[in-house]
Amino acid sequence: MSEIVQSEPFVMNIGPQHPSTHGVFRVKATVDGERIIDAEMVIGYLHRSMEKLAEERTYTQNIPFTDRTDYLSSMSNNLGYCLAVEKLADIEVPERGQAIRVIMAELQRVASHCMGAGAFANDTGAWQTPIMWFMREREKILDIFEMTSGARLTCNYMRIGGVAFDLPESFEEEVRAFIPAMRQTIDDGEGLLSGNEIFIARARNVAVVPHEMAINASLSGPMLRGSGVAWDIRKADPYCGYEQYDFEIPIGYQGDAYDRFIIRIEEMRQSLKIVEQALDGLPGGPHSTEVPLALRPPAGEAYARIESPRGELGYYLVSDEGPSPYRFHIRPPSLINLTVLREMTVGGSIADAIVALGSIDIVVGEIDR
Amino acid sequence: MGPLVTDHWYDLRDLSNISREILEGIDKVAPSEVAYIVAPVLGFVAFFLIFVLPSQLIVGVYGERRIIGRMQARRGPNRVGPFGLLQPIADAIKLLQKEALTPKTADRAIMWAAPIFFVAPAVLLFATIPFGPRMIFADIPVALIYFIAISALPVLAAFMAGWGSNNKYSLYGAMRVVAMSVSYEVPLVLSLLAVVVFSSTMSLQGIVLFQADVNLWLVFMMPLAFLIYFISVSAELNRTPTDIAEAESEIVAGYLTEYSGMKWGLFYGMDIGYALAASAFAATVFLGGWSMWGLEEWVPPWMIFIAKTHLFYFVFIWTRGTLPRLRIDQLMAFAWKFLLPLAVFNLFLVSLERLLWVENDIGDGIVFAFAAGNLVASAAAAYLWARLLGYRPERIPTKPRLVREAGGYVPVEGQTGGGE
Repeated sequence: MSEIVQSEPFVMNIGPQHPSTHGVFRVKATVDGERIIDAEMVIGYLHRSMEKLAEERTYTQNIPFTDRTDYLSSMSNNLGYCLAVEKLADIEVPERGQAIRVIMAELQRVASHCMGAGAFANDTGAWQTPIMWFMREREKILDIFEMTSGARLTCNYMRIGGVAFDLPESFEEEVRAFIPAMRQTIDDGEGLLSGNEIFIARARNVAVVPHEMAINASLSGPMLRGSGVAWDIRKADPYCGYEQYDFEIPIGYQGDAYDRFIIRIEEMRQSLKIVEQALDGLPGGPHSTEVPLALRPPAGEAYARIESPRGELGYYLVSDEGPSPYRFHIRPPSLINLTVLREMTVGGSIADAIVALGSIDIVVGEIDR
Repeated sequence: MGPLVTDHWYDLRDLSNISREILEGIDKVAPSEVAYIVAPVLGFVAFFLIFVLPSQLIVGVYGERRIIGRMQARRGPNRVGPFGLLQPIADAIKLLQKEALTPKTADRAIMWAAPIFFVAPAVLLFATIPFGPRMIFADIPVALIYFIAISALPVLAAFMAGWGSNNKYSLYGAMRVVAMSVSYEVPLVLSLLAVVVFSSTMSLQGIVLFQADVNLWLVFMMPLAFLIYFISVSAELNRTPTDIAEAESEIVAGYLTEYSGMKWGLFYGMDIGYALAASAFAATVFLGGWSMWGLEEWVPPWMIFIAKTHLFYFVFIWTRGTLPRLRIDQLMAFAWKFLLPLAVFNLFLVSLERLLWVENDIGDGIVFAFAAGNLVASAAAAYLWARLLGYRPERIPTKPRLVREAGGYVPVEGQTGGGE
């Protein structure tokens, strides 16, 4: 026996082209066998310079940009931006417009969590089945969006002062038919995964974010709630009349990947509850206020934040009384939530890193903008 | 076989009649060497027609995709031919047309040889599987050892593929294949050892005859061994939930990452071949092979056997459609900490019963009592051992806590533990 086997760590690229990086995102992982000893996040593959482009366009023309940041929840992004402009220009939104916005934002949350929970199940290796079930229901939501706004993914539906069009006639019927089907699928997906020993073994105690770290890293959304912090902007800083709806915030236990999954599942249920309430009390009247096409808000700044499916989505606008924003900045929840990925992955195995990344539920379009 | 089976060539319950008739005919008109050449060809053609074609293409490729499609709320292949039945053939033609890329830095010889090394054992595996009372290529007395030995060969091919590709993902896949085979071979062999001890033969035909003789399939006699066999074999075959070697979400496609065209097609096709071989083996050893409580005198035994094989294969498809994947360290721990002790326990239990049965000259009816006892003992042993290892499902909350108002951190009351 001359010498023992020598081993040394090497760098492994996970992404930008990889089945489970949820877009073009790259983790430069230094691995020692199956164990990750260092991880470096490389972002920017999808950078489209949206914030700069927005400075050349009018306030209304910027709405389609927000569709394309977080392309899995365009309604929420529209809403966040419109709220910021309305705050800046001090515009009132009619009650019907607000209720429609709530319905759309909550349906969007369900659609986005369908994707998030399904993709997470895919990352743990539940080969395609849960995601296909959730996608089936997500399709119905996209159909509803198409019926309302004409587009499925990039809806461009919210307008400054309300929404672009009033609801179509069969809208309520379609949504009411959709809700029980969605509840059934949530139960099915939960039945397939939540109690599954393998799923628990893969997700429990993996990628743990303690609540101190979650707060220090400014996490939001299911990432923060998974760590047991009761924080939801819909409750803490209500907008669009969220204070009148009855819903609960699901929070996790120890901040692992499993907690985030069960929170997304429960949030879908709560969202359906809100949609039902909003449909029940849908007020009449105009869906939008008249806003001048070339809006010139008074000089100043405004920051509006909403609870997007991924967390706190903030839009920061500075006006110099011109027709386009002087500064347009997005606070994307995915980017902030991604910052803890290194802490979540180092020390774990490659398989755990994939689960950690899947549990954040990133959208790269929003990170790179 | 019962009195109903005849030696007439038109008696399709036993296809060896027809082949014997043909060979005897050839023997009369041609030199005797010809018959020796024709015999294996005939056997291979028959094997291809009754097993490979329906199983590999229809069940393995088409059926798997259709069934998983059904589970996943989609249709699966339904365009080529009636009900999409010709889809496997269309896929094969497509794969043949595609370029089989070899990366510049790859070890060309090893990368090219790997698919060939992968294919050969899959064919060899079927040599000792009895399709009927006389339908067997080679009824060798140590068929069980032969099967285990041959089924370990593709690991080498997978390792060659992973090493030769010169890709980090491929290397990971290869390493995982080897690590997993080494681990899971042990409980697999121990579970089969219980079969050998109880039936006191290693010939697969002998095991089938034993099961027909005592009128009890070994799956009922030793459910624990069957379960261990199923789990171990799905680990060796890289089927979900143990498909870590090709784990798509982690290491892209494992040792197949750099393969394309028909080189990949051979791996894909033979993966199904190995799964079918494992199913056929399970059907023979645990599910009574071609025997079915006297039904084999009326229905062709080879049909019964193929039906059992496909039934077992369906479970593979089913698990693939539903279960997530375990991590490699969890899989290793599962093999060594859970399966191995249970396999030893099962072996001990079965050996004891065999000893009781033979030494005391009790009638065959006692096996039914043994079977009932084993079912209870196995379930109890598996549960207690799992509890001992820290399995506490009731401690894991599957629903989040609900709060009404936004506030700060809400501490967890009581301890919520994990467990493997």
